[in-house]
Amino acid sequence: MSTKSILPELVRRFEAEILNDWMREQRAAITLRADLLTDAELARQSAEFFAAFQAGLQGQDLGEITGPAWGTARDLLKEIARLRSRQGFSLSETATFVFSLKQPLFALCQRELEREAVLLVGELWTISVIIDKLGLFTAESALAAREEIIGRQQAELLELSTPVVKLWDKVLALPLIGTLDSNRTQVVMESLLQAIVDTGSSVAIIDITGVPTVDTLVAQHLMKTVSAARLMGADCIISGIRPAIAQSMVHLGVSFTEIVTKATLADALRHAFARTGVSVSRQAAG
Amino acid sequence: MDKIPILRMGRFLLVTIQVDMHDQLALALQEDLTSRIVKDGARGVLIDISSLEIVDSFIGRMLGTIASMSRMLDAETVLVGMQPAVAITMVELGLALPGVRTALDVDKGMEMLRSRIGPDGEMTGHDPDP
Repeated sequence: MSTKSILPELVRRFEAEILNDWMREQRAAITLRADLLTDAELARQSAEFFAAFQAGLQGQDLGEITGPAWGTARDLLKEIARLRSRQGFSLSETATFVFSLKQPLFALCQRELEREAVLLVGELWTISVIIDKLGLFTAESALAAREEIIGRQQAELLELSTPVVKLWDKVLALPLIGTLDSNRTQVVMESLLQAIVDTGSSVAIIDITGVPTVDTLVAQHLMKTVSAARLMGADCIISGIRPAIAQSMVHLGVSFTEIVTKATLADALRHAFARTGVSVSRQAAG
Repeated sequence: MDKIPILRMGRFLLVTIQVDMHDQLALALQEDLTSRIVKDGARGVLIDISSLEIVDSFIGRMLGTIASMSRMLDAETVLVGMQPAVAITMVELGLALPGVRTALDVDKGMEMLRSRIGPDGEMTGHDPDP
């Protein structure tokens, strides 16, 4: 565009009107989530962003939203996107916040530049470029915020899901629940080995009752854990192998030879008692 | 060059690796240990690696071969005190050391040796597990 855009001037002149129209637009939109965001909060966010938007328009290159003039607007959008991702807004609902500003601006230009078609097309293009870029930026920020949340939850899950339980003197149990992948197995292996050192246990029972599927990779991970524990001087017992899993494992060609396997945790504990020389007897009733 | 000391305790030999093993040291240990077993007529060897924090494939393999050699010279060998990180590394390197006896610490290793070798130096009982 060769001529200087009159958009900043227009926006400044009809500031209140645009904001009003925009608010109306947002309230009418089907993506409005009145259940998640109060009207007052929406008005505050809108007013803040509109001020930043105006500040951005004062910059040299209007379409370049990565420039310093748009800094405040970018920060604000990032914050809003993060907030909305946490509140449970969908991506399009979040992005509509910015996109809905298009309509009031278009309407304004159309009214004010009615007789100047060339100028009108130029301004509309400018608006489109800016709003699209801001909208995409918002969507990306929302996505990044969401990914951050997912990453954190994964890490938390990883920590939560690997408790090492002391069953008896020198007998540890590791009840595994959920799917095992390489990452989780690494954590499981490390926490089990550390627990063996800390407690001086000579028997560790790995219970896989809660593991829905065991494929060759999981089996390999389990065998590695058992081998590492053995190297440290502790015996491992794998228990809780369900009939379906036993069948599929043998079909896959995985057989835990050299590893003690038991059907239930109780059997494994009995075996562990025998190994450590503990005897349990039931007292006669009476 | 420093050497890894081999201590004699009755009919057993105790090797404690207190420094980071390098290749030369491992070879020297292999040499020393085999000759000491023959010279002292040792029936059991306890290798304590609780201070060993780094292993590479060579050292890992050496630990296995040293253990196998001592066993060939009719001395029960127990590897004790392997650190978790070392154990994980060994397994990842594919060095699970099948056939090498292990124990958590020197105490348990000694107990294991004593239960398998009687005071007269003869093997007692049968092998309950591989």
